[in-house]
Amino acid sequence: MSDLAQQAELTTRSGQSGQPLRLGVAEGMAGVLGLFLLISAVAPQFLAPGDPLGIDPLAAFAPPSFAHGFGTDESGRDIYTRVVHGTQYSLVIGVAATAIGLGLGIVLGTLAGMLGRVVDFTVNRFLEVLFAFPGLLLALLFILVFGPGVATATIAVGLSTAPGYARIIRGQLIAVRGAAFVEAATVLGRTRWQILLRHILPNTLAPLFVLATLGVGQAIVWAATLSYLGLGAEPPTAEWGAMLSAGRTYITSAWWMSFFPGLFIVLTAVTATVLGRSIDRRMRHA
Amino acid sequence: MSAAAVLSVRALRVGFGASAPVVRGVSFELAAGECLAIVGESGSGKSVTARSLLGLAGANARVEADRLELGGQSVLGLTDRAWRVRRGKDVGLVLQDALVSLDPLRPIGREIADSLRLHTTLGAAARARRVLELLDAVGLSNPELQVQKRSGQLSGGERQRALIAAAIALNPPLLIADEPTTALDVTVQAQILALLEQIKLSGTAVLLVSHDLAVVSRIADRVAVMHDGLLIETGRTERVLVAPQHEQTRRMVAAVPADKPRGTRLSLAASMPLAPAPIVSARADSTRPTASKPDAAVVRETVVLEAIGLSHSFRRPDGSRQLAVDDVSFSLLRGHTLGIVGESGSGKTTTARLLLALLPLEQGDVQLFGQAWSSVSEKRRRRRRASVGAIYQDSLGSFDPRWSVGEILTDALGRALPQTRSARRSPENLARLTTLLDEVGLAATVLPRRPLELSGGQRQRVGIARALAGRPDILICDEPVSSLDVSVQAQVLDLLDDVQRERELSLIFISHDLGVVQHVSDEVVVMRSGRVVESGSAARVFTAPEHAYSAQLLAAVPRLPG
Amino acid sequence: MVEPVTPANRRRDGLARPVFRALGRLGARLAGAIFVLWAVASITFFAVRLIPGDPAQAVLGGPGSQASPEALAAVSAEYGFDQPVFTQYLTQLGRLATGDLGRSYSLNMDVGPLVLDQLGGTLLLAVLALSLAWVIALALATWSTRGGLVAARVGSSLEIVAAALPHFWLATSLIVVFSIWIGVLPPISTDSLAGLVLPVLTLAVPLAGFLGQIMRESLLIALESPFVLSARARGESERGVRWVHALRHASLPAISLSGWAFGSLISGAVVVETIFARPGLGRTLLNAVTLRDVPVVIGVVMIVAVAYILMTLLTDAVSRLVDPRLRLS
Repeated sequence: MSDLAQQAELTTRSGQSGQPLRLGVAEGMAGVLGLFLLISAVAPQFLAPGDPLGIDPLAAFAPPSFAHGFGTDESGRDIYTRVVHGTQYSLVIGVAATAIGLGLGIVLGTLAGMLGRVVDFTVNRFLEVLFAFPGLLLALLFILVFGPGVATATIAVGLSTAPGYARIIRGQLIAVRGAAFVEAATVLGRTRWQILLRHILPNTLAPLFVLATLGVGQAIVWAATLSYLGLGAEPPTAEWGAMLSAGRTYITSAWWMSFFPGLFIVLTAVTATVLGRSIDRRMRHA
Repeated sequence: MSAAAVLSVRALRVGFGASAPVVRGVSFELAAGECLAIVGESGSGKSVTARSLLGLAGANARVEADRLELGGQSVLGLTDRAWRVRRGKDVGLVLQDALVSLDPLRPIGREIADSLRLHTTLGAAARARRVLELLDAVGLSNPELQVQKRSGQLSGGERQRALIAAAIALNPPLLIADEPTTALDVTVQAQILALLEQIKLSGTAVLLVSHDLAVVSRIADRVAVMHDGLLIETGRTERVLVAPQHEQTRRMVAAVPADKPRGTRLSLAASMPLAPAPIVSARADSTRPTASKPDAAVVRETVVLEAIGLSHSFRRPDGSRQLAVDDVSFSLLRGHTLGIVGESGSGKTTTARLLLALLPLEQGDVQLFGQAWSSVSEKRRRRRRASVGAIYQDSLGSFDPRWSVGEILTDALGRALPQTRSARRSPENLARLTTLLDEVGLAATVLPRRPLELSGGQRQRVGIARALAGRPDILICDEPVSSLDVSVQAQVLDLLDDVQRERELSLIFISHDLGVVQHVSDEVVVMRSGRVVESGSAARVFTAPEHAYSAQLLAAVPRLPG
Repeated sequence: MVEPVTPANRRRDGLARPVFRALGRLGARLAGAIFVLWAVASITFFAVRLIPGDPAQAVLGGPGSQASPEALAAVSAEYGFDQPVFTQYLTQLGRLATGDLGRSYSLNMDVGPLVLDQLGGTLLLAVLALSLAWVIALALATWSTRGGLVAARVGSSLEIVAAALPHFWLATSLIVVFSIWIGVLPPISTDSLAGLVLPVLTLAVPLAGFLGQIMRESLLIALESPFVLSARARGESERGVRWVHALRHASLPAISLSGWAFGSLISGAVVVETIFARPGLGRTLLNAVTLRDVPVVIGVVMIVAVAYILMTLLTDAVSRLVDPRLRLS
């Protein structure tokens, strides 16, 4: 579970080392997976026509077989169906959390990067303080105050990713603001607003698309972690973290109940990373 | 000669992967105590040739030759292990810019001692003694103190000396120096060249690789001109430089700007297919290209830009302030070129930014056409900014990476133009862009491309086009040709000369390169540590400098013989 | 009056600057650390005030406990809930400054000793995981930059997948494989060495994937830099090039990220300690959050903040040790 801010910096750096641009095997696989996840989220019945909540006590704890590819759970629900149908929960939570984190990050980062030294200093100290609540701590504190649940877990994940985004956006803004082309625009007689709108904002915001892609994968992992700990979505919701949490009790007898939902979390996160980097590299060389 | 040859290369070919070979059959010999210079522009294959001689062309390089002998023994197809025994002992390598060519995390003493550690059985104390001797030999003062320092703590000249010391630690019979003076100031460059010459005189064979004919002419006995993977001309240095035989060599010799009078074309016509036909007649008598009005004399002497006692300081990390520009004054006359020359840290670039009112002035004033320029608000200045254009050294960085050439130039042509896509593609706009591109010698095919996809010369032409778009009276050029190959530099200098004449521009031309400044300037300002040490007409300053520093700079400028 | 120049005060002048500068830097750091701690304490204090409902009720076991008004009043007086918020805040700060973290609602014991008691186990876990992650990352980075294109591809894929592994899934998968199927390691963390293996692995593998990506990237850059070419031209071997030059450069970014990594390990400990039923700060925190035991949450948060700050100072010092350039500026 790596921090998104660091991931993004890494992506930025690796983009410069000039790797070949042709479509790699990894990118192709990530594309196919991404498509699968997208269909799962938008039209799950297309890939898994069954009912994700439909119980069948006679078929409980069935190991993976031809009838039940990923096995069944304690009530005989088909894990594959649940995993596919759970995609939309996880993706919506991930996207929402990323939007919250990125939104806050943009506000904080822009304040720090644009409004002069005093604001920058203040925002920076504030971010430093937030970094002293590493990882899940900020999310747990938020849940302590507002109670567990899907909504609070989503906001909590968004909150805890915000400082990382803010720092990246601030750095990007400061770099762009000091770029030679901004000076060149001043020499051409452009006003501050024109420069801000035409040069600084586009060049700062374009990389955020990549950040967001990487961030969704990360946010899904975190939100699933909270659900797993019983602080987010609750069983029998077909959310992946909640499914894993339910499977925990039967870990000794029915490993498939935990394995497949987790596998999907990993695949989603990997897909997001690979696609994010690929987009980044292409944007850089386009 | 062949028997005594330290290095003998016949038909060396180097290729990478499946692509066409970069070096396509190079042959030369080098005797003890001799210096051969391989000169070529970027991409000519000169560095790859040099590195092949150490077996360091790269992991995926294919190196073939009819003969490749170091000290009379063939080194073709040696294993890496066998190469390692020879590297440092039989052949030493000096690279450009020791700031990154010496490990920045280690003291230079350890770096130099590494050669001894790898090839001798000397103990630590003996190695330390030898390192001090070496540092002394390369002319580094206070070796005991310097040996502890890291490359970042030394000046450019000091660390280049340390790098040379590391390369000659074992007295290798052959020293390969790949652009050893390229990033250095001109006076330091002269010192390093003198050191290399001293090493040559002590009996070491020196293979010098450089893009700069004038630099190598100082110490090279023979010059080999490399172009497109081949040695196109080899001979005694004077012969090659005075009577070049090959077309490409002639072009390179002609492109060296030093000592060429103002207005002389540097680029031979054949090398610049893109440039418009030069208007030769206007400059035949080298008079100023002013309009033949009755009051021409008055117009000629009009001051268009005046700097009066400029000062600016930077804040150091510890809070104190350092003067970067200290009481600098000069004036630019209409239609003239004022050259500002100085070494790194002299405050030239800060001066340029002060002239462009990009930095706040602490003292003094800049006046444009006799009116306040730097002391007025940006809002009032903005309307007049069109009359002052700027050209930058790093032209790539000066373009928004998200914009195409068409967008950059459309934007520069004026705010009045609508920014919509259809408007950009309108026939009027296209016509204006084409005219502009035509003036700087570019075809309209570059319009949809991004600056990143263009060559260095093309980018600088786009930069000039952008500066011209607002119909300026004054162009401020900050090191406009410093990162260009010499033949491209010649084309860009000629282009600047053409547009200056056609548009009656006044130019501020900032450069570290005295040769370039001498070639382009009417008046010259020599700067050092933020101050003006001497100013006056270029003809006077370059022939009879009054200040000792100007004289020293001038003496250090590499020139072609004859 | 002009002070006479004696050897003594000349020496003082020569020495004073660097010493003062170092002291000044240390002072600034200390002030920064205290500021962060104060801010962390304040944020948690006011955040906790946002919890709806009577805090006295929370002390007595939540709304379901049907506590009598008398009991509530007594608790309010005991914990100072009847005071104005600002007074409570100052009292809280004063107590924190003297190291008093208050009393747990649910466990009926002082938070200070409770938290300190749990700290050791979590620290051990985090330090072991960090070290193991470094070893794996270094090995992966060196191997994948040496073995040609296939190794590079495999290395980078392994790193990306490892970095994406959620702790809870990795932990359950490891338990299934090593405890249930093979049966070599206990599924519940005991004090024995065997009991530590799975929790440490769970924490280390994702971190190793992440550190490995960074190291490989900077190792590649270092191996292509001119000073490495210079070293090779001196006759340095491939191994020498790596050990004497490149790895040192490659480790720099990973070192400066280790402070952050340590923080993320502590947050990972919440999951790992819960799954492996291992006593520690993480599990204490999770229980406290679930039971809304406010003083314990604040206590853990404060301890983690202190540990995080100390770790950042430590990584800073190590960075300066490895990269002398940082000492100059």
